[in-house]
Amino acid sequence: MAFIEINQASKGYTTGGSCISVLKDINLSINEGEFVAIVGYSGAGKTTLISLLAGLIRPDTGTVTFADKLVTEPGPERGLVFQNYSLLPWLTVYENVYMAVNQVFKNLTAEEKEAQTKKYIKMVNLLPARDKKPKELSGGMRQRVSVARALAMEPQVLLLDEPLGALDALTRAVLQEEIGKICQEAGKTVILITNDVDEGILLADRIIPLSAGPNATLGPSIAIDIERPRHHKTIEHHPHYKKIKLSILDYLITSHAGQKQLVTHKLHLPNIEPENLNSSTFLDRLLSTRPPKRRNELKEEKVEVHS
Amino acid sequence: MNTKSFKIEDYLFPLIGVAVVILLWAIVSALPGSALPSPYKTWMASKLYILHPFAKRGEMDQGILRFTWYSLVLVAKGYTLALILGTPLGILLGLSPVFEKSFDVIIQILRPVSPLAWLPLGLVLFQKSEPAGIFTIAICSMWPTVLNTAMGVKAVPQDYLNVARVLKLSWLQTLFSIILPAAMPSIFTGFRLSLGIAWLVIVAAEMLTGDPGIGGFLWQEYNSLIYEHIILCIITIGLVGFVLDRFMGLIEARFRTA
Repeated sequence: MAFIEINQASKGYTTGGSCISVLKDINLSINEGEFVAIVGYSGAGKTTLISLLAGLIRPDTGTVTFADKLVTEPGPERGLVFQNYSLLPWLTVYENVYMAVNQVFKNLTAEEKEAQTKKYIKMVNLLPARDKKPKELSGGMRQRVSVARALAMEPQVLLLDEPLGALDALTRAVLQEEIGKICQEAGKTVILITNDVDEGILLADRIIPLSAGPNATLGPSIAIDIERPRHHKTIEHHPHYKKIKLSILDYLITSHAGQKQLVTHKLHLPNIEPENLNSSTFLDRLLSTRPPKRRNELKEEKVEVHS
Repeated sequence: MNTKSFKIEDYLFPLIGVAVVILLWAIVSALPGSALPSPYKTWMASKLYILHPFAKRGEMDQGILRFTWYSLVLVAKGYTLALILGTPLGILLGLSPVFEKSFDVIIQILRPVSPLAWLPLGLVLFQKSEPAGIFTIAICSMWPTVLNTAMGVKAVPQDYLNVARVLKLSWLQTLFSIILPAAMPSIFTGFRLSLGIAWLVIVAAEMLTGDPGIGGFLWQEYNSLIYEHIILCIITIGLVGFVLDRFMGLIEARFRTA
């Protein structure tokens, strides 16, 4: 059995009376030590997928297993790097990382915990900023703190949820190589969620496209046979680069074009029937005791949308 | 804060405002048949109390700051009680939707009840004026703390709670290291509003009990027909309330940046 496995999982949300199925028939198996990128449209359900893996939410049907155990709740063995960093704003960089270390390695001495914290802050090159609060840092620095916090828990798998999504293109490129290097050194199993195909190709061992939602599902996995270390400057000239990129884009675009979205709206009509102005004289209307008529019915309409 | 440049307008304009009001006061007091004491008469009658602010000449004849001090001590007691009761209640309301649904209505009903209505009940319950005053201050001033704490706790971002879940923080750890720090700015806004109300209530409470204090003094001087001292008390109450609010504002600002 593979290290991480998702078996026939599906997940939907109910919002305001209409039910949207986000993920459907998700099957995924990842071996230990692999770096897998899942690439998909924004809004396709990528964050839902990683929340399933992290155990923040449970699938409606199917199972998620990690190291042969059913995932039912989050835990530090699956380190999660959140899309929006999720650093605690009232703690410094050091305290944010220390909190994770302190919680996961309860039986270390205070000095060992301190050393562990420093080690990972150093790994992301943030030692000079260790006593700064998150809001004093740039977006890229915040994300590095978030990575350090996840790594400091020494998780068995690192889950990266669009870690660089909120950054500008230049910072992004720098951090991509940095994350690639850190993950390579740590030798961990990594699952990266992203909407950037190039990012996936640069970092991952294989890429799995996620089709457009609703009812998003995973496409065929595409191995990336480009030797490491990979760099932005050289990767585009690699003979396989274009072929890989095309096949992923091809899958994603085809899946998007084939999507017909069925949206169910609930229509709230005014809950009142107007008075009949023609029926009687003004005096009659004035004296009439007929209460305003209510119509307590809810109309539904189905709209087919080509997206 | 220290880097802010000194602007003359910041001090000049408020002084102009004060001068205009004093002028209007003088004009109104000079109208024929007006019972309002003029600013000059007020000053002459209040001089003794202002220039010897801590003097004690008798139970109800003391310096103005001495009276203020008595009132502040009583407010501090009632306010502390309000925070001790109000903060946990607010946290519970914020954490538990069931608890909130059950008690929201009763809070909305108790909240607008005037201190003048609570004090007699306090006197009946405690038989003495001081605990009755403390009771009144506490029960009137706790609501902003309760409601703001509840709001702050409810508004803790899901992301922070996810961090707690990934780290497997216990229930208590989540409360003390995630929820409360995240709700702190909101809780302190509640504390500030509560202090404002506590000071508002003290005067009403003292007027009814007749205890020495700024409100008791005010009521006694009304009964002795020394109207100048009523104005002295009003100005003092206003100034103290202003200083308290500024003081809480500073503390609040500290937590906001944290």
